[in-house]
Amino acid sequence: MNEAKTPLLQVRDLTVTFGSGRHKFTAVNKVSFDIQKGETFGLVGESGSGKTTIGRAIIRVNPVSGGEILYNGQRISGKVSRELDRQVTRKLQMIFQDPMSSLNERAKVDYIVSEGLYNLGLHLSEEERRQKVEKALEEVGLLPEFASRFPHEFSGGQRQRIGIARALIMEPDFIVADEPISALDVSIRAQVLNLMSQLQAQRGLTYLFISHDLSVMRFICDRIAVIHLGRLVELASTEQLFAHPLHPYTQALLSAIPMPDPRSERNKQLKIYDPSVHDYDKEAPQWCEVEPGHFVLANSRELEGYTAQLQGGGVQ
Amino acid sequence: MENSPILSVKELNVKFSLRGKQLHAIRDVSLDLYKGESLAIVGESGSGKSVLCKTFMGLLDSNGSITGGSIVFEGQDLTHFTTEKQWLSIRGKKIAMVMQDPMTSLNPLKTIGAQITEAITLHQGLRGEQARKAAVEILQDVGITEPERRYKQYPHEFSGGMRQRVVIAIAVACRPQVLICDEPTTALDVTIQAQILHLIRQLKEKYQLTTIYITHDLGVVANVADRIAVMYAGDIVEIGTCDEVFYDPRHPYTWALLSSLPQLGVKGENLYSIQGTPPNLFAEIKGDAFAPRNPRALKIDFVQRPPYFDVSPTHRARTWLLDPRAPKVEPPENIRKLREGRITR
Repeated sequence: MNEAKTPLLQVRDLTVTFGSGRHKFTAVNKVSFDIQKGETFGLVGESGSGKTTIGRAIIRVNPVSGGEILYNGQRISGKVSRELDRQVTRKLQMIFQDPMSSLNERAKVDYIVSEGLYNLGLHLSEEERRQKVEKALEEVGLLPEFASRFPHEFSGGQRQRIGIARALIMEPDFIVADEPISALDVSIRAQVLNLMSQLQAQRGLTYLFISHDLSVMRFICDRIAVIHLGRLVELASTEQLFAHPLHPYTQALLSAIPMPDPRSERNKQLKIYDPSVHDYDKEAPQWCEVEPGHFVLANSRELEGYTAQLQGGGVQ
Repeated sequence: MENSPILSVKELNVKFSLRGKQLHAIRDVSLDLYKGESLAIVGESGSGKSVLCKTFMGLLDSNGSITGGSIVFEGQDLTHFTTEKQWLSIRGKKIAMVMQDPMTSLNPLKTIGAQITEAITLHQGLRGEQARKAAVEILQDVGITEPERRYKQYPHEFSGGMRQRVVIAIAVACRPQVLICDEPTTALDVTIQAQILHLIRQLKEKYQLTTIYITHDLGVVANVADRIAVMYAGDIVEIGTCDEVFYDPRHPYTWALLSSLPQLGVKGENLYSIQGTPPNLFAEIKGDAFAPRNPRALKIDFVQRPPYFDVSPTHRARTWLLDPRAPKVEPPENIRKLREGRITR
């Protein structure tokens, strides 16, 4: 742990645009972050902020318009060799948000889970393939005989487990989990979250966990990046972020977390983020490190304020 | 709040016939809704919370029927309604509903204005310019800026949060007495969720509504509910004021629901998760429906269905743990933490 770590995944000035000419829309604007091996990195933002686009750019579904993505020090964005392409397809997997719509309704679980193996052309024998499917299903807490059933026979939580099994069968190192529990009931959320952390402990998986719900991220993530309208506004370890949120948008997000405590809810002050508090027309903001490991988007005037806030022992 | 109930449900039973079998969706539910209060109904999917509220508006699917009990609203027993015409005097006019998904509950081919005026014309009898004025006013009430311009726009020009505001506007446009919000914020972001809940609370004050929230997430109702009813397998297992249910829950299922909230979890440890699956409602349930999933279940839980035990005049729960003969069972650590206010944001 104490040696100089090369990050598993590096995102450098990532920009993703859609459309062209007058209809050009920049969904992700110069985003940079590193993800270390074995950690759970959270990406939080509201809908339309570009968090899913980043996740999709990493697994190379959305083409990158600027910047680059490095995996184990190798560039995987843009044009890559066929060999690397296959390797990356295998090592980077994704879990999708809605288990009701992300499974092929007309295929049996057996096929859904092993589809990645077929596509990779690994030339497995039928027996090997079946064993792999059974093992993947067992790992996510499903019975091997479920392989012959169709997705509609399962509940939401079980479907999400199938989605996880489908990712696991490729033996990935890195999993992009795009709102994996938002569509689930509270009681089932806990099961899926536990399963994810258990798999992480067993296989040393690295997660990029995308969500809009900070209460869940606090529980599962090691570090959290906050994204607003395509730009990262703050990045810190979970503890730092919750103890000293600096950016007003982060503060707004934190204040919106619903707490199961009527007393504190009654006194809750809902903060609403107003972008006009920034004087960015005078001086453009930069991505600065306020304290070790804690980054925030600010211009020099704001940075002074933030630094003072941190030194003042959390006076808000 | 000690006034007479506006809606009174007694021993209600609802069954669905599915593939020749009977599914017992609501099992002997009794519930009083008082004027001006806000009640939250909490439970997992399939616990019957939505079905219960649909019976108030005659919206049960055609294979479902009320097999016993009564629902009294303004002196009328809603279970005796047979024609659609009778229901129209209640549905929308007296009792209105906000659905879960704002993406699908609006007509994409009609302007927002047309959809709101439709409700106003139907229920208030206003027409033309008058109806338009009323609609613009309501849009303003639900916090939509530039209502005059927005009035002419189509649903696709609105964001999810804005669409939910429009859906709420349509429901409130008819000046109902009871507003049922079925998972009003599940499809929305956390920041928008807080705003929508705040809006519903404001409208409740302004129009003196009685509100029912249906949700699976106990975390979101602490802010909005006066009373909370916890449903499991078609039955209300615990009901009490907001403080009573959060700080002094008595039913093991309520404990489990609260413990599984990530807000109460400790990082690095496993989050509490309820083992097993909800019971099969096609079969007759013997004893306490939650017993097979309850690690603290008593022997009697598997034999006889517990009656309600009163904890306080406003708080009762259906669990044998409250029987004076039952052994003392302490609630889990998480629940005690919550009671002592040891939860930090």
